[in-house]
Amino acid sequence: MAFSDAVRAGFRKDLEGLKEAGIFKVERFIHSAQAADIEVEFPAGSPPRKAINMCANNYLGLSSHPEVVKAAHAGLDSRGYGMSSVRFICGTQDIHKELEGRMTAFLGTEDTILFPSCMDANAGVFEALLNESDVMISDRLVHASIIDGIRLCKAEHDTFKHANMEHLESKLELHKDKRLKVVITDGVFSMDGDTAPLGELVALCERRGAMVFVDDSHSTGFIGKTGRGTHEKYGVVGKIDIITTTFGKALGGASGGCVSGRREIVEMCRQRARPYLFSNTIAPVVVAGVLRVLDILAGSTERRDKLEKNAAYWRKGLTEAGFVLKEGDTPIVPVMLFNAKLSQDFSRDLFEHGIYAIGFFFPVVPKGAARIRTQISAGHETRHLDKALEAFIKVGKKHGILGKTKEEIVARYGA
Amino acid sequence: MATTDEIRDIVLKYVKDEYLEDEDQEVGYETPLISGGIVDSFSMVSLKRFVENKYKVQIPEDKATPEAFDTVTRIAALVQAFLEKKA
Repeated sequence: MAFSDAVRAGFRKDLEGLKEAGIFKVERFIHSAQAADIEVEFPAGSPPRKAINMCANNYLGLSSHPEVVKAAHAGLDSRGYGMSSVRFICGTQDIHKELEGRMTAFLGTEDTILFPSCMDANAGVFEALLNESDVMISDRLVHASIIDGIRLCKAEHDTFKHANMEHLESKLELHKDKRLKVVITDGVFSMDGDTAPLGELVALCERRGAMVFVDDSHSTGFIGKTGRGTHEKYGVVGKIDIITTTFGKALGGASGGCVSGRREIVEMCRQRARPYLFSNTIAPVVVAGVLRVLDILAGSTERRDKLEKNAAYWRKGLTEAGFVLKEGDTPIVPVMLFNAKLSQDFSRDLFEHGIYAIGFFFPVVPKGAARIRTQISAGHETRHLDKALEAFIKVGKKHGILGKTKEEIVARYGA
Repeated sequence: MATTDEIRDIVLKYVKDEYLEDEDQEVGYETPLISGGIVDSFSMVSLKRFVENKYKVQIPEDKATPEAFDTVTRIAALVQAFLEKKA
């Protein structure tokens, strides 16, 4: 037996190490559909408790929307459950092509290719396009899936300080002799909730002859006046060469992602991107659901408008209560606690008050920057936000951090 | 050949220019860079490239570990060792 006692002991030791370092992850079981009101079993084995969900990527509140569920049922009935094939053998249905066309129109690009997830899109896209003569220059805070994609690609790699255009320009100068240069950023950064300065970034890349890549997973569906994403917010629709995004967050939240952008880039992905070539694409039932989501968004901006209003209301409430927040105008509102243990205690206490929000700390965020990341949804009503605020204030008082500055919190709890 | 002290000062300046986001942050020769969360292991690539270009040395991947690059002093010692080998 290859999995000997010694091998087992080795893995156990590694797992213990994660526990000792305080970075061992534990799942919480949700007994209801994903929504603002959920029922959570935590710790495992305890009876499910009602809670308000303040940490889902369910930005538009469409994860369990009756029309989306109904469309998914209809898709299941008409196109079946699975494809049992990758796309280029016999795994492409008419609705997959339809969704690609609809996303192209929605994002204002030239073409789109679906991937099993946005993680897969990011893992596959760079290797499909670039070689040793090229360079990828990424913002230091891009998502882990982009880092994996960069690691899989033979092109040279460099980074620039977060959202720092001066530093980016120095890197573009350093790598000016490369065949192709791709500047890589998230549209909305998931941990801080800030947006990339795409107006400046696109202008700089045009001047310096670099392509622009944006992962808009935390934007598609709600950022910009009609929810197209950060490129709409910054007035650069049609100027982003590669957009990757997900159907696993605002657009119904099930699964799947895509690469959307220049026609030839999308075609290169169709020919070469390994997660596209060697894995089944999005299940028909999910495609049918996403198509309905796009219908809903085409009909009205009501949901993204409500989300914007909710996020502003939540941010104002927390600010007036005396919390330290990361500045921004997206539905990601990080409540800064700085100390890792405090973030865990705070999350646990919130759950006691029926609020589900998770604490993040190093290495997910920088050392001394622990926080509760709250995420607002169009599925939240004012009563949800008021109840959550009441709980935040109670727990904030308990820990003595209301009205305190970063320095005061760090002085009391450590960084 | 550059002395270890000279290398330390040049590497420290590069680390400050390249990685520090806020000017109040203090970094010295012994400050843990990677384990301290100042330089993430993914961004370490530009630091490696900088010392290689500056001192015309090649540091193989198995020597360019996060541990070997964790402080300015260790980086300077690593560079010095490769310079001596070259000489």
